[in-house]
Amino acid sequence: MSGTGARENIFATRMALTNTKLRLKGAQTGHSLLAKKRDALTTRFRAILKKVDEAKRKMGRVMQLASFSMAEVTYATGDISYLVQEQAKSATFRVKAKQENVSGVVLPTFEVDRVAGSDFNLTGLGRGGQQVLRAKEVYAKAIETLVELASLQTAFTILDEVIRATNRRVNAIEHVVIPRLENTIKYILSELDEMDREEFFRLKKVQGKKKRTNAPPERPFEFDEPPINPEEGQESIDLLSSKDSDVIF
Amino acid sequence: MATTTSTKDRNLLAVIGDEDSITGLLLAGIGHINDKQKKNFLIVDSKTQVSTIEAAFQEFTERKDIAILLINQHIAEKIRPTVDKYQQAFPALLEIPSKDHPYDPSKDSVLKRVQKLFGE
Repeated sequence: MSGTGARENIFATRMALTNTKLRLKGAQTGHSLLAKKRDALTTRFRAILKKVDEAKRKMGRVMQLASFSMAEVTYATGDISYLVQEQAKSATFRVKAKQENVSGVVLPTFEVDRVAGSDFNLTGLGRGGQQVLRAKEVYAKAIETLVELASLQTAFTILDEVIRATNRRVNAIEHVVIPRLENTIKYILSELDEMDREEFFRLKKVQGKKKRTNAPPERPFEFDEPPINPEEGQESIDLLSSKDSDVIF
Repeated sequence: MATTTSTKDRNLLAVIGDEDSITGLLLAGIGHINDKQKKNFLIVDSKTQVSTIEAAFQEFTERKDIAILLINQHIAEKIRPTVDKYQQAFPALLEIPSKDHPYDPSKDSVLKRVQKLFGE
């Protein structure tokens, strides 16, 4: 019973029992709270999962469009890749990280942060300027989609990790901490019972001993019944000898 | 958390891709060359060594100012073990399609995990 299963190494006293009971209560509260957190996170996780899947597919289409507009540029202007690479100095298209709180978990979300720059203004000055401008816009849109997807994906990765950690904690409390505290309580209770019984037996013994020492030594036995009356036999004889009157019907 | 404090500084996008993809993305304005003359993009063609791609991938994932790393899917295919091993939240790794290689969701390392979670 109390010997089976892991328990804490603790001295069996009433105070320890109270403390352990309090700790068990705390563990149970913590368990339910963590379980709630896990459920909330999982709900969020499912929603994000679906969105990631959709966004990935959307990205495929968007990038196709972007590639197409790039092809238009190449057709109209010729190869501008070298020019563009050389002109790249400082990013005008940046992202800003924001934080979102989902039941205690900080999820970063990226936001597009565009600085109006004068990059590549001269690109396609000769011909194909319109196509270059259009390609620029299309690519900017595509990157916006990519940034959105990236924040979803980051949230996905972080949530995945947090859910795992929470699951581990929930399981640890459920299968290790709570059984151990319960075992400890059982152990303390059984020890206290045992002590109670011992105490009772000891008191009984002491009482018996006291009685024996207090009682007079010459009368070890006492009889409650009165001694047999010697007159009783004579009385019965007397009863037989007396005469009754006749009974007349 | 260590990641939350550093998210504020992360505001760049990095790309590993073929020439067309890079040109398009640079046109939109993501190109950046820092003080040490380090670019935030790598152009991969048929002659680029796999080790070069790996090195660039490592560099971009270790840099502290990059929030999102874009990589063409057919290039990610070349360093697939490294990409699949990458589990960090920052920088976020995105596999993007290129002009010659349409997007294949079944090869994406993140989508693979998504599918695994849905399948369970």
